[in-house]
Order: sequence, then structure tokens, then C-alpha cells
Amino acid sequence: MRRNASSPPLFLVAIAVIVAIAITLPLTYLVIRTAGVGTEKLINLVSRPRTLTVLFNSAGMAAFVTLFSALIAVPLAFLTLQTDLPGRKFWLIATTLPLAVPSYVGSFALIAAFGPKGSLLQLWLEPLGVTELPEIYGWFGTILALTLFTYPYLLLSVRAGLMLIDPATVEAGRSLGLNQLSTFFRVLLPQLRPSIIAGGLLVALYALRDFGTPSLMRFDAFTRVIFLQYKSSFNRNQAAALALLLVALVLGILWLEYKVRSRAAYYGRNLSIVQSPVIVKLGASKIVALLFCAIVVSLSLFLPVGVTVFWLWRSLASSNTAYGTVSWSAIAQPALNSVAAAGFTAVIATICAIPVAILAVRFPSRVTTAIERCSYIGFGLPGIVVAISLVFLGSQYLPWLYQTLPMLVFAYLVLFLPQSVGTIRSSLLQLHPQLEESARLLGRTPWQTLKEITFPLVRPGVLNGAVLVFLTAIKELPATLLLAPIGFDTLATEIWKATENVSFSDAAVGSLAMLVVSMGSTLPVLLHEQKTSKR
Amino acid sequence: MVSSLGKISALVALVVVGGSIAFSSQAAQQKTLTIYSGREEKLIAPLIAKAEKDLGMDIEVRYGDTAELAIALLEEGKNSRADVFFAQDAGALGALAKEKRTLPISNTLLAKVEPQFRSSAGQWIGISGRARVIDYNTKLVKPSELPTSIAQLTNPKWRGKIGWAPSNGSFQSFVTAMRLLEGNQKTLAWLKAMKANGTKDYAKNAAIVEAVGKGEISLGLVNNYYLYRFTKDNAKFPVAHHYTRRDAGAMVNVAGLAVLNTTDQKSDADKFVAYMLAPKAQTYFAQETNEYPLVKGIQASQKQIPLSQLKPPKVDLSNLSDLQGTIELLQEAGVL
Repeated sequence: MRRNASSPPLFLVAIAVIVAIAITLPLTYLVIRTAGVGTEKLINLVSRPRTLTVLFNSAGMAAFVTLFSALIAVPLAFLTLQTDLPGRKFWLIATTLPLAVPSYVGSFALIAAFGPKGSLLQLWLEPLGVTELPEIYGWFGTILALTLFTYPYLLLSVRAGLMLIDPATVEAGRSLGLNQLSTFFRVLLPQLRPSIIAGGLLVALYALRDFGTPSLMRFDAFTRVIFLQYKSSFNRNQAAALALLLVALVLGILWLEYKVRSRAAYYGRNLSIVQSPVIVKLGASKIVALLFCAIVVSLSLFLPVGVTVFWLWRSLASSNTAYGTVSWSAIAQPALNSVAAAGFTAVIATICAIPVAILAVRFPSRVTTAIERCSYIGFGLPGIVVAISLVFLGSQYLPWLYQTLPMLVFAYLVLFLPQSVGTIRSSLLQLHPQLEESARLLGRTPWQTLKEITFPLVRPGVLNGAVLVFLTAIKELPATLLLAPIGFDTLATEIWKATENVSFSDAAVGSLAMLVVSMGSTLPVLLHEQKTSKR
Repeated sequence: MVSSLGKISALVALVVVGGSIAFSSQAAQQKTLTIYSGREEKLIAPLIAKAEKDLGMDIEVRYGDTAELAIALLEEGKNSRADVFFAQDAGALGALAKEKRTLPISNTLLAKVEPQFRSSAGQWIGISGRARVIDYNTKLVKPSELPTSIAQLTNPKWRGKIGWAPSNGSFQSFVTAMRLLEGNQKTLAWLKAMKANGTKDYAKNAAIVEAVGKGEISLGLVNNYYLYRFTKDNAKFPVAHHYTRRDAGAMVNVAGLAVLNTTDQKSDADKFVAYMLAPKAQTYFAQETNEYPLVKGIQASQKQIPLSQLKPPKVDLSNLSDLQGTIELLQEAGVL
């Protein structure tokens, strides 16, 4: 990549440095606690077979989930943007919405549908003599569930990338005699690399940090084992040591991503001529394409929504009281709280992520890369670890902020900021720096250039990032329980309380409310994206 | 001009109102008793509301997971704002006592509860009892086939038909009790035999009861009160309780209270503990949460067999906080 002669604007550096330091605070805590373990015990803990198994499990799980997500997301992105797939607009939106399904709700739905005994599938097959289905628990169920509910990260990223590809390159490929398939593999795919890698990184880290799925699928991933350590021995030091091991894995993945991502630039779009993309005629393969979309959407969207509605219907049918009406009104305040906290987080995350992404892309150096990489660490950590570390740091050093709304928003930022950084970064990569340089040459200040040139052009990436942050923040549980002001209930805490209390009707009401709020906030962005892509 | 004046005055009003809310909440905080509760809001909130009214004090409650709250309390240390900890199990209370985060409870209050249900050093006190039971699917298992001890659960006829929750606090307390009663060797052998017999892992007691109801398994090792939450939603839920006698399978654990050493209102905290031991609250636990009241003379719910007829083993609950040994054993057996 060509070196930028000018040094980065100071205000960007200042913001980015503050962000990076704040985000890596929990690491300090983990180091302090791990130091309390003692060398001999630490070596013992790290080298015991079980720890190594867990390390292997987590790494394998993240790798498979990322691979399968890419296999689903790349064809879906292409099909929903650049082909004559019947009902294209519907699929465009339906394939993105699984993002709004909390993984614990989704995993629960999968178990309810495909569990070994007493599940929907087993009950249907019972007349045929099937009394027990093969186990869904373990590797299979974990990878299936995580793939189904995280592939949209890749999808959004790849779609944003696809929209920024200059159709002229495709036409050039065609005129050079490439058929549709080889155009896809030789022209589109290489240009999509930064988007695939950026999205894949989010998928891999999300798989590592998720707790709901491994615990429901009984899979020994780091999150589950760290949780057990906390829960059963109240031993914070050993849990911190395990968490640091997970940080090492996250750093490994970040390093791998850094190595894999090509250093070439991808900007190519000539902005003076906005052309519509070449639409590929699917022909006979239309049926296969439709079937593919239908299977993915059925499992990742219709199944969880269906199972949730079924719970609600069943519990309302079995209790003859006016339970439903009471619960709906009781869920209104938590819903408002969720939207407020997650919405506020999305705005702040965007403001923090823009400088980090701009520095990393436009002023690449060791320092700016380190800042960008640092921002990812929190996203790879389980929520409970970040929550406990902020309990420690907050109560000791920021008592006036401890257990207030700003503290909660900060916790969300630590956990979810990289989603915004990642999407903004990949949009920026595809934007030609000459545009910004011309603006500077024409006498614009760095700030004016940002405002008038950069922001408008990377808007899709910025919006996608904000939506991702919003959707994950709204689902967050452990940090919310420990760091929110007392009495600040959110949809996630309400669902948790209902499941603790085995109140299926309340859990269903909460889950449905969350699905509605999440999808309601995703739809406008998707529709907006569609409008701009049609331009 | 007028409109901008209006805006300014609105802004000023907002600041004044906001400021006064902030101020009043700050002022109120000095008299508010703060409780960290690992017990569920749905079960406890009505009782807390009664206590606020009867005691004439403001109480605020942070609800969460017992273990996570205990760890938060340890991390907060001397900066904690919590006055009282209401825990789901004795292990978490023991862990706080061990790290010197608790204050002793007065002897008059301690005397209300049998010694086996409170800290021997008086650092915490049990409020309600929770019995370990075997829940079974009434369509799949006849009462005559049921095991009379947990040792019989390793019989091949239960292969793949039993569910347990190795990561669950109550289950680990049960294993700890077994270690205390029968020794590590026998417990380890039992755990290994159970695993070899295809015993299935679940994340929670509730999930076990649900799986028993669905017939995914025939028997589940759980606590006594989960079943009633299912029968409330579905009267025909095909699951019933079965009790073993005098072994760890019949252990009674407690949910209890500790007063934290960071409290600045010890007398209010003590009043709250006393309230939870008074007949009104004890009856509430018997009737509403289907647990066993621990204060002498208060009857358990009609649905349950009385505490006196349960034949729990003789175990010092204070010793149940030695979970590390249990965890190691569970891991050695490949269960956790």
C-alpha cells in the first residue's frame, strides 16, 4: 500500500488512543488476577489435558463456524444482489434477519426441533418407529447453531463489499471470455477478500465469546469452562488465567487475519459514473438457489420464531388467566430500556470506531495497526469476564460511575466496538484515497474532508456497524446484570429471569419482544441499503 | 425570540428536575438497604415489597446469578454498596464468609434455625430449605421400579435414562455431601459408574425436569421445587418426586442470608434478617416457593412430605463450601 505522506490528524489519533486504552482495560485486570494464581499452579492449570482439550475445542469450533458461515454467506450475498433470483428482495432481507435471533433462543429452538427425544422431528417420526434421534449435543449442534446465527455477519460484510465493486471489472472479465462461474471466482471473489476476511473475523470471535450455545449444546468451549470455574469454586484467579488463555487464542486469530488479509488496496469504483451491477440469469439452477435460500432461512429464522410463538401459544392455552395481557405491559419498560441502552451504545461505538478505522486504513503504521487490533480483544472475551473485570475496576477506581448507565454503555463498548470498526474499515478499504486527497488539494481541512467526502461514502459500512453493535448490545446479559443501575431491567434480563423461573410464557413474550425490536431496527437499515444499491 | 426563550426555560426546568431527582435519589440512598439477590425476582419481589411496608424502610435489590453476585461482592471488596446477600445456596455464603466479607448474626436469630441449617460460626443463616429429590417420568417408570438409594442408579437398567446437571451448584453440593458421607474413593467410583452408565448432562435442574417430562430421560437428580413450576403451566405434566433415605441423594441445602461487612446500616440489615425468619415470611416460602421453612413450628406446603419425615443425611452445610475438592473429583471422573 502506498505510504501516505501526510501524518494523521491529531484529533483522530487522540480519540483512537483513548479508545484503545479503554478497551484493553479488562486485560489489566486479567493479568492482576492471573498473577495471584502462583507459578506452579498456573503451569499445572495450563498444561492439564482438560485445558488443552478446551483450547482445541474452541479453536476448532471457531474455524468450522467461520468456514461454514462463508460457504453460506458468499453465495447468499451474490444471489440476493446480482442475480434474477425469484423474490430477491424478500430473500435479501430474510437472510439478514437471523442476526436478530439471540443464539440462546436459536439453540433452544434447534434442540426443541431436533433433540434426541421428545423433539418435533422425533415426534413426527415416531409412527415410523423412530424413538430416538442421533445426539444434537456437542460439536455438531454447537457448530450448526453458531453458523446459523452468525453467518449474517459475513453476509452483511460481503454484501457491502459486493455493492462497492465496479461492475466494469465484471464486464471486462466477460469480454475477455470468462463464463459466469469463472467471473465469480476470478473477478468477484478476489475483490471480496477484505470483506470476507473482515466478516469472518467477526464470526470467529463471536463463536469464541458466545456462552448460550455451548452451554445449551453441552460443548466444552472456553466460555463454558470459565463460567464453571467462577461458578463452582469462586476462584477468580484461575478463571482469569483461563480467560487469558482465551485472549491468547484471540490474539492468534487476529494475527492470522492480519497475515491473511492482503495488503493490496481494493478501491476501484469510479464515482463519477454510477453503474448498476450486471444481473446474472440463473436459468435452470434457479431451483437449487431457491432451495438453498429456503433451507437457510427456515432453520435460522422461521424455526426460532416459530418455536417462540408455539411456546407462547401453548402456555397461553394452558393457563386461562389474562396472563398474556399482563406480561405484554410488563415487558414495555424493559423493551424501552433495551432500546435506549443499545441505541446509545451504537451511536457512541460509531463515534469511537471511525477514528480507529480511518487511522488503520489511511495511515497504516505499527501504532495504528496495534490500536485497531487492540479494539478487537474485548469482542473475543466472554461477557462474564469483561463484566467481572469492570466490577473490579469500576468499584475500585470509578465509584461515581460504578453501576450507572454510562458504565453499562462502556461495558457494551468494550464488548462490541470491533463490529463497528470492522465494517467501517472494510468500506474504507474500497474507497479510493485520491478522492480525499483531491479534497485536501482543493483546500479542505482534514475535518472537512472527513465530513464532506469520507463519511457520506462509507455510510453503508457505518450504518451496518451501528446495527451490529445495537443487535449484540440488546442481547447482552452478564454485564447488564452486574453493571446496570439497580432496577434497570432489559429484555435480556427479563428473558433470563423467566427461564430461571421456568416461566415459558414470560420467556416467550420476552423473546418475541426482542425479535420484534431487533428486526424492527434492522429492517430500516436494510431497506435503506437496498434503496442505495438500486440507485 | 419567544420560542427560544421557551426552549431555554424548558432546558432549565429539565436540569432542575433532573438535578433534584439525582439529589433526592442520593439522599434516599443513605437510608436504602441494598440487597444482592441470587434468588429469583419473581419469587422474592412480593416478599421484599411486604418487608418494605412492614419495616418502613427502602430496600433496593440487584437480582442476578448467585455465584456471579458472590464473585462481584468479592471483587467489590471494601467498596461494595451492598448490605445483605441473599444466596441460592450455602456454598456461596460460605465462600463470602471464608474471605471475611460477612458480619456475625446475633445469637437470638441464629437460635431460630436448627444448627445444621446455618453457619457454625454464625456468619450466615439458612432461610428456606431445598431438598434433593429424584424426579421420574410417571409414564415410563412404575413406582415399584424406583431405586431406594442413589447407589442403585448405576444399575444397567437405567443406562442412558438418568439426567444430572454437573455444573449446577445444588448438584455439586450433593456430590460434596456424598464425599463427606462416603469418602472420596466411593464417590469417585459412583461418579465413574454413573458416567459409564450413560448419564446425561444438562445445564440446569429445570432442563432436567423438562427432559424427564418429555421422556428424553426417565429419572432426574434435581431439587424439590422445580416440578411445581411445570405443573403450574401444565397440570398433566407426567413427573413425580421420589425420595431416597439417609444418603446424599436426600440432602437438604438452604437458601440463606449473610450481612456484609461493608454495610453502613447494620441494624437495618439485622431487621431484614429477622423479618425473613418471622412466621409471615416463612409461611410465604412454604406456600409460594414450595421450599421448606426452616424456623421451627412453621408447616411445609401440603404438596410436600414434611421436613421431619425427609431423612436427610447428617452433613455440616458449612463444609459444603469446599467445592474445589468436588470440582477436582468431578473432573477426575470426566463428568465436568
